[in-house]
Amino acid sequence: MSELHGYGGRILRVDLTRGTHRIEPVEPRLAEDYVGGRGFVARVLYDEIPPGADPLGPENKLLMAAGPLSGTFLPCASKAHLGAKSPATGGYGDANVGGHLAMEMKHAGYDLLIIEGQADRLSYLVVDDDQVAIRDAEALRGKGSIATETELKRVLGDDFQIATIGPAGERLVKFACITHDFGRQAGRAGMATVMGAKRLKAIAIRGSRGFPVADPEGVLAAGRAMFETIFGLPGFKDWTPYGTAGVTDWVNKVGAFPTRNFQTGFFEAHAEIGGKALRDRIHILDKGCFGCPIPCGKYSRVIVDGEPVYVEGPEYETVAMIGGDCCLDSIEAVAHVNAVMDDLGLDTISGGNVIAFALECAEKGIITPADVDGRELKFGDLDSVLWLTRRIAAREGIGDLLAEGVREAAAQLGKGSDRFAIHVKGLEVSGYDPRYAAAMALAYMTCDVGAHHNRAWAITHDVAVGRDRVEGKAARVIELQHLRPLFDMLGVCRFPWVEVEFEPSRYAEIYRPVTGQDRSWEELLRCSERVWNLTRMFWMRHLPGFGRQADQAPPRWYQEPATSGPTAGKNLSRETLEALLDDYYRLRGWDANGRPTRDTLKALGLDFTLADLERGVG
Amino acid sequence: MTTRLTAAAEGCSGCRVCQLVCALTHVQENNVKKAAIGIRGYFPAPGRYEVEVCDQCGQCATVCPEEAIVLQDGAWTIDSDRCSGCGVCVDSCPRGVIFRHPDRAVPVKCDACGECVPFCSRGVLAIQKEGDT
Repeated sequence: MSELHGYGGRILRVDLTRGTHRIEPVEPRLAEDYVGGRGFVARVLYDEIPPGADPLGPENKLLMAAGPLSGTFLPCASKAHLGAKSPATGGYGDANVGGHLAMEMKHAGYDLLIIEGQADRLSYLVVDDDQVAIRDAEALRGKGSIATETELKRVLGDDFQIATIGPAGERLVKFACITHDFGRQAGRAGMATVMGAKRLKAIAIRGSRGFPVADPEGVLAAGRAMFETIFGLPGFKDWTPYGTAGVTDWVNKVGAFPTRNFQTGFFEAHAEIGGKALRDRIHILDKGCFGCPIPCGKYSRVIVDGEPVYVEGPEYETVAMIGGDCCLDSIEAVAHVNAVMDDLGLDTISGGNVIAFALECAEKGIITPADVDGRELKFGDLDSVLWLTRRIAAREGIGDLLAEGVREAAAQLGKGSDRFAIHVKGLEVSGYDPRYAAAMALAYMTCDVGAHHNRAWAITHDVAVGRDRVEGKAARVIELQHLRPLFDMLGVCRFPWVEVEFEPSRYAEIYRPVTGQDRSWEELLRCSERVWNLTRMFWMRHLPGFGRQADQAPPRWYQEPATSGPTAGKNLSRETLEALLDDYYRLRGWDANGRPTRDTLKALGLDFTLADLERGVG
Repeated sequence: MTTRLTAAAEGCSGCRVCQLVCALTHVQENNVKKAAIGIRGYFPAPGRYEVEVCDQCGQCATVCPEEAIVLQDGAWTIDSDRCSGCGVCVDSCPRGVIFRHPDRAVPVKCDACGECVPFCSRGVLAIQKEGDT
């Protein structure tokens, strides 16, 4: 392979400690084995973060990668993938963001940014094609994400794409998120916390040079066919008006809507916070990411104290975690909290989960009014939610404790509060209550960043084949864990497939004219399996003794049946969850303790990780 | 007769697919920075995108010292063989929709080909033809 097509072909490595940078080539072998995006992130994190590195120390690195299809002419080629050792979990961490970042990186000729070290003062990074500068950001200290993006676009130019942290990231809140394009987030696993620790307030990128594609006419023809197919699918018209929030009614109908800190799976007021309420009452614009014909971004406006407040969203996860889980019963209230969290730079998923945890601790008398300035914190109370949000971002009082996430907060609070800490591996569970949905539960238990839904959105499979059935569930979860993250490797959004039923294997059609390589979809899925095993080995490398114990569900799911709604009285048994893990490990070629076997690793070309198997023995 | 690309005032989602189609069609490159359409976002308030397109006013043709901008199929089109790359048209365009790129001597200008129109998922773009009469 002489020249890489579909890639910028370059890695930008920035050392914040020394204030230097250098440009390195992307090795063709890396592109072949790991494709791009999440694949690049996983391999470089594995290679370059030493075991024992403090996630908040200078040894950790923040990565941002585009994929070979990012920025090309096909539906939804928008995705950038961020990665670092997670301060929330101590293990492998990554997060994904749409908007225009990946396109801009590729246009500047970069597939991967590696940000190392730690600046001596708050800084921001400017990448303008080949020009790279680290600039002083003290004037931006404490500024919200929206104000920071506005200011940087004013100073640098509207055509720069910005990724920024808010005050929460500066203060190292463990679930701080990176914001881009006035409302798109790389939300999970504390990527903004790593930025804050590096004293990096923002990244600004502009690119003009573009990147080579193998066959421009073939790209135009293949892209044209993909767009035309999507325009003809029923979901193009039916799904788009409501975006992800449109699923709210269905999730309640099947009793899987996290409500009252996962006490139950049904929220009576769901129609007041779902897609239709959003569209009818607060929506002003369908705001899309790069290349998107089905924009899920619902740009909205609510009036707060007589003033307009703008927010992109709420999308489904925010509806679930701020709406159902904190019991806020109007779309306006959810949008208000969404806007505040976005600007402070807090992930609404973990943010909603952490606040729901605090509200339940208050309900159960574990957090008392004396702990919270004499307030009476209550589910369903907008003031309680906003007050906790601001306290967390400022790390003031109880907020300092909650800023560590539910696992650590429960450990410090004691008094049995760990029962109310709904997380896996230290990452708060997102917007599905899987206590009576076996595949979805397994998906959360085995997700490689902690409890996140997007690697295997398996709830529909549970509903289709039987909620508590074990047979076939592990196979389905594994299939999804390869398929869905493959989109993150290619650098494209999965919604054309997930939401409007576009056939995913058709991405191989355009992979050919973009990269000039003829690879089957099955071959690309095998690359995704390689990455899944590699992220598992990252955990083993960094957390001695890592294994089955880390894949356990929150006890609430198997100890407490849902209290209301369609799943009232139902939940999965501990034995069912263990049987799911047994199946899963066996099908993956892992041992009974959840550790990949030597044969599995060798077959995937991961021989370089074998030494970590010894390290993993607890 | 004039043929022009029009953009509705509301509804653009900012996806930039029109720019990709434009560049792939005219310069055979997957590079939105070589497109003849501008998109500008106004965020956080009032929260909308404006699409900036050429209305074929012909001002560029009147100022071009090389007379390189000629009416072709109803649209003012840059003849790249005659263009000297001086940039006078870019500076004098009243709508700011003739674009330069560091790689290219010849600026990029909309020739109202309409290739972008069917790919606008929001239905913002259209081709308008006006007769002489």
